[in-house]
Amino acid sequence: MLDGVKHIILVLSGKGGVGKSTVSTQLALALKDKGFKVGLLDVDLCGPSVPHLLNLEDQEVHQCPEGWVPVYTDQDQRLAVMSIGFLLKSKNDSIIWRGPKKTGMIKQFLTDVYWQDIDYLIIDTPPGTSDEHITVMENVRQLPCDGAILVTTPQAVAIEDVRKELTFCRKTSIPILGIVENMSGFVCPHCSTCSNIFSSGGGKSLAEYASVPFLGAIPIDPRVGVTGQSVVSTLPNSPVANAFSSIVNQLTVESMEISER
Amino acid sequence: MATKPEDAPEHCPGVESDSAGKGSACQGCPNQSICASGVALGPDLSAEQVKARLSSVKNTIIVLSGKGGVGKSTFTSLLARTLAAKDANSNIAVLDIDVCGPSMPRVMGVLNEQVHQSGSGWSPVFVDDNLSVMSVGFLLSSPDDAVIWRGPKKTGMIRQFLSEVDWGDTVDFLIIDTPPGTSDEHLSIVQYLKCMNNLQAIVVTTPQEVALLDVRKEIDFCRKTSIPILGVVENMTSFICSNCKQSSEIFPKNTGGAEAMCAELNVPLLGKVPLDPRLAQSCDEGGNFIQEFSDSPATTAFIEIVSSKYIEAEDGGTEKGRFKDYRNPRELKSFCLVHAKPFIFYKLVGKFPFCYY
Ligand SMILES: Nc1ncnc2c1ncn2[C@@H]1O[C@H](COP(=O)(O)OP(=O)(O)OP(=O)(O)O)[C@@H](O)[C@H]1O
Ligand code: SF4
Ligand SMILES: [Mg+2]
Ligand SMILES: [Zn+2]
Repeated sequence: MLDGVKHIILVLSGKGGVGKSTVSTQLALALKDKGFKVGLLDVDLCGPSVPHLLNLEDQEVHQCPEGWVPVYTDQDQRLAVMSIGFLLKSKNDSIIWRGPKKTGMIKQFLTDVYWQDIDYLIIDTPPGTSDEHITVMENVRQLPCDGAILVTTPQAVAIEDVRKELTFCRKTSIPILGIVENMSGFVCPHCSTCSNIFSSGGGKSLAEYASVPFLGAIPIDPRVGVTGQSVVSTLPNSPVANAFSSIVNQLTVESMEISER
Repeated sequence: MATKPEDAPEHCPGVESDSAGKGSACQGCPNQSICASGVALGPDLSAEQVKARLSSVKNTIIVLSGKGGVGKSTFTSLLARTLAAKDANSNIAVLDIDVCGPSMPRVMGVLNEQVHQSGSGWSPVFVDDNLSVMSVGFLLSSPDDAVIWRGPKKTGMIRQFLSEVDWGDTVDFLIIDTPPGTSDEHLSIVQYLKCMNNLQAIVVTTPQEVALLDVRKEIDFCRKTSIPILGVVENMTSFICSNCKQSSEIFPKNTGGAEAMCAELNVPLLGKVPLDPRLAQSCDEGGNFIQEFSDSPATTAFIEIVSSKYIEAEDGGTEKGRFKDYRNPRELKSFCLVHAKPFIFYKLVGKFPFCYY
């Protein structure tokens, strides 16, 4: 399973809507831009957003003798994507499955996708600590999994759920690469005042409390993910782009250390 | 054979056994507090029992959204609080079926409360005289406790909530807060509640396409399971800068927002609620936003939604002497038996109220 994959990074969060998919796609794009070969697997079966965020909405996956061929974002085939979104007929269709069926689908995603050789596989997950997560964990544990990034927003309702996700990682012995605080502040386009809509600092204090690395705070910027492009290249030197590049740098350093071990 | 969760230690006595959660193997097991409470397990109650228990419920509203973090829990709490404040004689119940990420204890300001068992079932936690809440959050011993369950166990818990919680003699509105998605929790709740009168769904969304994408799926879910949709609420519509008072779209309506989606799918749009940082803060602190910030545009929007023609109690709030033939819960609850003084927050121990200070 996942034979040609060198590093696996999971993107998790107990809370919904904190930006897991945005972080996953931006991470994948930034790693690709750094010259890596990257795979992005979306295991959110009920709400797949990766196809939309990468502007790949009408793409389809194909079968080849080795398995499913993922959808590539670029001609050079440096970023491969797999999501249930590619398998649905209409964007209005819902997947109404109970756990066991979801588990089966995720197992297929893990075993049957023909990623070829890739440096990083990023796995985007739905919120919670349930079937999808247990299945991914069980299957990824024996593989070269670097660990998990936990995404949160700064307010207490979100932090509360992310603490549960931390417990989940510890219970299942998945290393925690660090915490990312998303939607940290919003800079008013009219007067440049920064408002902390969802308060601020929650991610950092959670990281301190749990003694895990704090990877950075990403401000709210309505332009992120609109074009399906990497913000690091489309909005260079903006606070969001800087936040993402710093996160990617920390991760690549961490994973180099992991491979040396 | 004894049922053992996957994360249970080797010598788990089995979740159905008498020593579940109490045995020596249970020490340090992630499920200990829940097993010990007996709520996850126990007898397998049929849908009939759920029906019997919920026969006192007049209206049920399920708050749904395919997308996470759009404000389901926020909306649920405000809807419940507004309905409760509107008519002191009504009885409003809130059930939080988000098993992995329960938010109700926090947003309702009853974080460290516990549920108690009495002869008539589980007593919910009271936020106000006529507003009570039940959530898995009350059963966890620490905020770090995670409920790492696959679907069937979550279903079991929801079934127990539906059949065991004693909401009182009449419930005018039962409001159900759900986790994001269209999965076990949703299927279970719909399965159990299908037979009920006046079951309706409110779908919450934010304006950007990533959210609407998932919300479309939720609407499809409602249609496939034939739950009538009361309407859609667009939350976090725009943000008004506190400095320059100009509005910006933080989650841009790149595809026309909820308005366009509602028109396309032919469902009513109940209203739009602007983003207000004070609302997020108030939720974190468990405050009563509607009361504390009655001048906020978000409050105005909420009141409008709640008083819209769509959210009307079937069989109205007119039956004044409803409690006459029963014990009057409000009278009983207004006086603490230990401190011998009136109180606002209380919990019931058996039939008796105790204040919480
Ligand atoms: N109109 C608003 N203005 C400002 N903040 C808001 C608004 N609506 C919701 N929020 C905040 O957004 C966050 C997410 O809301 P909430 O927890 O209600 O979402 P949810 O849909 O229940 O999420 P989940 O899918 O994780 O259960 C909370 O911090 C809440 O306080
Ligand atoms: S707490 Fe529950 S799951 Fe854990 S060992 Fe005891 S009975 Fe088994
Ligand atoms: Mg919620
Ligand atoms: Zn401004």
